[in-house]
Amino acid sequence: MTKDRNSLIAWLQAGPMMLVFSAFFLLPLVFVTIVSAWDYNEYEMLPALSFRGYTDTFEGCIAQLPDLCTILKTYAKTVKLCFLTWAITLTIGFTIAYFLAFHVRSKTWQIVLSLLCTIPFWTSNVIRMVAWVPLLGRNGLVNQGLIDLGLIKVPLEWLLFSEFSVVLAFVHLFTFFMVVPIFNSMIRIDPKLIEAAYDAGATGFQTLVNIIIPLAKPGIVIGSIFVITIVMGDFVTIGVMGGQQIASAGKIIETRLNALQFPAAAANAVILLGITIVIISALTRLVDIRKEL
Amino acid sequence: METRRGKSFYILAAVFIAYVLFLYGPMFAIFVLSFQGPEGGLTFPMNGVSLHWFYKVFEGNGVVNIGAAFKRSLALGTVVMLITVVLSVAAGMAFRKGFKGAVVLFYTAIASLIMPSIITSLGIALEFRLLDDVMINHANDLGLGWFAEGWTTAMGLFTSGLGAHLTWTLPFGLLIMFAIFNRFDGRLEEAARDLGATPWQTFRYVVLPIILPSVVGIGLFGFTLSWDELARSSQAIGSVNTLPLELQGLTTTVTKPDIYALGTITSAVSFLVIFLALFIIQALQARQKRYGSDAGKGLV
Repeated sequence: MTKDRNSLIAWLQAGPMMLVFSAFFLLPLVFVTIVSAWDYNEYEMLPALSFRGYTDTFEGCIAQLPDLCTILKTYAKTVKLCFLTWAITLTIGFTIAYFLAFHVRSKTWQIVLSLLCTIPFWTSNVIRMVAWVPLLGRNGLVNQGLIDLGLIKVPLEWLLFSEFSVVLAFVHLFTFFMVVPIFNSMIRIDPKLIEAAYDAGATGFQTLVNIIIPLAKPGIVIGSIFVITIVMGDFVTIGVMGGQQIASAGKIIETRLNALQFPAAAANAVILLGITIVIISALTRLVDIRKEL
Repeated sequence: METRRGKSFYILAAVFIAYVLFLYGPMFAIFVLSFQGPEGGLTFPMNGVSLHWFYKVFEGNGVVNIGAAFKRSLALGTVVMLITVVLSVAAGMAFRKGFKGAVVLFYTAIASLIMPSIITSLGIALEFRLLDDVMINHANDLGLGWFAEGWTTAMGLFTSGLGAHLTWTLPFGLLIMFAIFNRFDGRLEEAARDLGATPWQTFRYVVLPIILPSVVGIGLFGFTLSWDELARSSQAIGSVNTLPLELQGLTTTVTKPDIYALGTITSAVSFLVIFLALFIIQALQARQKRYGSDAGKGLV
């Protein structure tokens, strides 16, 4: 068998997937970029060069300084929600991965407990959001419980359809994306290193900071990329859990789309994409993804 | 390592249990609440126990046709699953041989995975809108008039919708294939070749039986991710809705437990598929143990 024939077969095998990505991912991105520089009126896009999508988006931003205009405020809020979610999912995800990797000793139990964490990921996100309603609503379990305990007199209003419930839902839905890569990094740490640290007199905390965290770094970075990109572009969770009242980078795009202002939506998508790429490239400097699989 | 359980074990175990309760608790709350009596509301306490709200869902509440959305999602999920499995296994085999453009395909898949869904969805919507525009207004100039006659839109469940779902499921499939082959003993293939097996025989009788449990896993991802997909479908599905889109629409309008009943039904399908897949994986692994001598030892 010649090398040529081998590479031809490899091409035929990989080709279909490449075609799907070209048609439904790469080409659409090209269209987003092109259309973002088109003109538009109330009901359709006009294929003429114009940066109205961008200028409309940032309208009045300079005039209003030092106050933030709507778009900048929205981005500030999105980044804030993103940071909160990242910090919480990282803390929880790291703890869970640590427990699974270092404290669960039998392989079978490790598989069973990992599955237990994975199964919700295979079920519907919308339902997992709706599921918070009976708990957090004005007459929900949490409020009732707090009233019965005498801790509060009137139901708390900020439990549902608030930034609190949005972050809670993010953590609920996406901690999984932290657990998996961090666990994957931790499971490869040679137990001998930890034993050596122990023998050399390191405390548990010193071992954690000087050995486990540095070696789990690739997993932490990959998990962070997942969580940050999902939250930056989210519009469904923020919509449902924020009672359609909280603006975000993703929701701006959705709103523009519903108004059929495609170039404006595309311009916002390009801006969001730019910010996401900056964040990811900053993070990937820290790790080589390909090596981690 | 130490044999006694330290204090930290019990603390972390407690955290883990709390996390699992946090994961499952709310879901079970709505499963229970979907059996509310006819007078019951959106929250506890239960006001009797009945199947009332399930009947309501199947009757249709006049707003949306849930049954049709259910069938659409089921059909789309099945097609997405099959395509994801076939394309991922094929591409995984190609990556084993190595080919020009392998790096490009890998990073494209990663980019597709982490791209904010709304951007992918918007892009696909634009692509199809522009295509429609060309077909309706300019087909004659291109000499395609015969083809474009009566053209309304190319957008639909199995065109733009299918594509949108694949941009989400294929990266998972490819990553699982990477994980499989990183732990795969290449000497088995060499041995098969040395014994005179053709490439197809090597794949069919050596590679495939070993990787089959993980391939079922790819199918599981393909179906469940499509069954629950929402963000990428939102702009790209065309005029009809999938079940998650209907559900999302209902969150803003429905104030009765029928949304919980619908949630319970949807989740029941997910759980059915999950347990079926896990059962098949178990059975395949048991079969490997029985017949496979040491084959598959490198794969857990």
